[in-house]
Amino acid sequence: MRYVLQRVGFLFLSIWAAVTINFVLPRLMPGNPAGAMFAKFQGRMTPMALKALEAEFGFNNQPLIIQYLHYIGGLFTWHLGLSFLYYPTPVTAVIASSLPWTVGLVGAFTILSVFVGTSLGILIAWRRGGLLDSVLPTTFMFLQSSPAFWVAFMLLFIFGFTLSWFPMSHAYSNSLVLGFTPPVVVSIIYHAVLPGATIFLSSLSGWMIGMRNNMINTLGEDYIVFAEAKGISGGRLLFSYAARNAILPQVTSFAIALGGIVNGSILVETVFSYPGIGYQLTSAVSSEDYPLIQGTFLIIALSVLIVNFIVDMLLVKLDPRVRTGGVSS
Amino acid sequence: MSTNTDALQRQTDVRPAGPKRARWQKLREFLGNPRAAVGVGIFGIFVLVAVFAPFIAPYNPQATNFFPNQSPNAVNWLGTTATGQDVFSQFILGTRTSLTVGVGAGLLSTFLALAIGVYSGYRGGLIDSILTAVTNIFLVLPTLALLIVIESFLRNTTPLTNGVIIGVTSWAWGARVFRSQTMSLIGRDFVVAARLSGMSSARIMATEIIPNMLSMVASNIMYACLGAILAESGLAFLGFENLSSSSWGTMLYWADAGGAMLNGAWWWFLPPGLAIALVGTSFALMNVSVDQITNPRLRVTRRRKRRGTSPART
Repeated sequence: MRYVLQRVGFLFLSIWAAVTINFVLPRLMPGNPAGAMFAKFQGRMTPMALKALEAEFGFNNQPLIIQYLHYIGGLFTWHLGLSFLYYPTPVTAVIASSLPWTVGLVGAFTILSVFVGTSLGILIAWRRGGLLDSVLPTTFMFLQSSPAFWVAFMLLFIFGFTLSWFPMSHAYSNSLVLGFTPPVVVSIIYHAVLPGATIFLSSLSGWMIGMRNNMINTLGEDYIVFAEAKGISGGRLLFSYAARNAILPQVTSFAIALGGIVNGSILVETVFSYPGIGYQLTSAVSSEDYPLIQGTFLIIALSVLIVNFIVDMLLVKLDPRVRTGGVSS
Repeated sequence: MSTNTDALQRQTDVRPAGPKRARWQKLREFLGNPRAAVGVGIFGIFVLVAVFAPFIAPYNPQATNFFPNQSPNAVNWLGTTATGQDVFSQFILGTRTSLTVGVGAGLLSTFLALAIGVYSGYRGGLIDSILTAVTNIFLVLPTLALLIVIESFLRNTTPLTNGVIIGVTSWAWGARVFRSQTMSLIGRDFVVAARLSGMSSARIMATEIIPNMLSMVASNIMYACLGAILAESGLAFLGFENLSSSSWGTMLYWADAGGAMLNGAWWWFLPPGLAIALVGTSFALMNVSVDQITNPRLRVTRRRKRRGTSPART
């Protein structure tokens, strides 16, 4: 219980930190970048909207603490301002329409990657020193060290441009109207293959090598030797005795890897013009749409923090030591 | 294992900073490992290229003296860009920028990680709680998103600023590792002895604690450098670096912006990405070897040939 309270406390603390960073950054920066932006949008916005925006970025003379409270209050009512890029759409609407794409794409292929990577890790740890054990880690090491956006670029060049097997950009065919009809679903899956493959490939090796090392450590434990001496069958020893325990650190690494997955997907979405949240962030930056930059950063940070919290809670369920507070993680 | 190496092992466990022979032994073991040797070799080549870049590059990387979009040939070894610049020269000078920024940011990040992690583990109490909370927050925040937001306000940064920003935002993982290692070292006899002899805290941290986690520091440096090179290339690819700077990431930005894909100009975007991947692989190879030396369980010994014919642990 103490652990759960601690995690809830940390969730709120980290959310507060993300929100505050978002508040402080534009006020910290030299040279008034937001000021230039206001000048640019002078004619395009109603004076009232402009005034509200100025307040949001601290361009009125209220004391900082009032601005801060105002800003927090705005967040509680889910008010993030209007986007310039898609003026006059509210930032929240832009986020709402792009978040499902990212969650679907990144979520599905990350889960696939964790599953395949962990299974491969179990396999090569069991066949220690075998052919797979020497070939796979080195190959995947290379894949993991490649920048995700470059892998995306190469896949796009080979399978999109040269071979024309897959579409070059977007999440579904432009000729279709979005809805839950079979052609749309097929088109969405078809468009997700290349960006998905990039996300899958660039995170696969981490899961595999992590699981391999956990397995090797677990297989060295005395209880495994004892179980083997008792004559327990290979498969049972592998899955019920070793893998079950070795998989726990993987759950923890998932929480840590999450930030990296999000980092990669921002770039991958940009390469494929995939209309997810990362693409919105980078296009907001290139069109100097500060409300949208801040909104997308906030939503990315919040989702990472919340998934982290969920993983922590999952750990309570999986690891009795966490539950009883015996050995801290 | 002979008693001789056993004794050495015990000695190095407590004070690896001790006798020179033990250190040479580790270094020889490290270089004798084929993976480490390959890693050191690849990295060494890139370092040489970076050092001698101006002598290797045949042309001015910015000069637009050639026919645009030429495939590799005798004059332009890696072809030309859409504006007629020599890709090979850009690549060679880019090596210098990218490696310097990557290694610099990696070192900065490791330095911060050591300072924060060791200090917070050594002090304990309230300071530790606060620093740990800060570390955990930096650990979970998506760094690239944070970097992009910072860059969106700074605009047109030099590779140097990028390196600093990357270093300052990426220390969290190392700090966490160093903190827990410090906490496990703090109760050891030699630290207690140093404390009783009246050594100052700063000196204990610098001469007793940090030398005893050098392998972790080495591994963290490589990990941080890899992360920094990837982050820098990502930022430059998104166009956040001064566009006239020559780095691998900027090359990729121009390849993307200059329609390299639609022109089929693979020679433009293949080399920089491949180089990043190779440098990264060399770090990873060295890292795995360090792991294997410090964690004997990970050393490659075949667990078994066939069930039942040999004991589980060999």
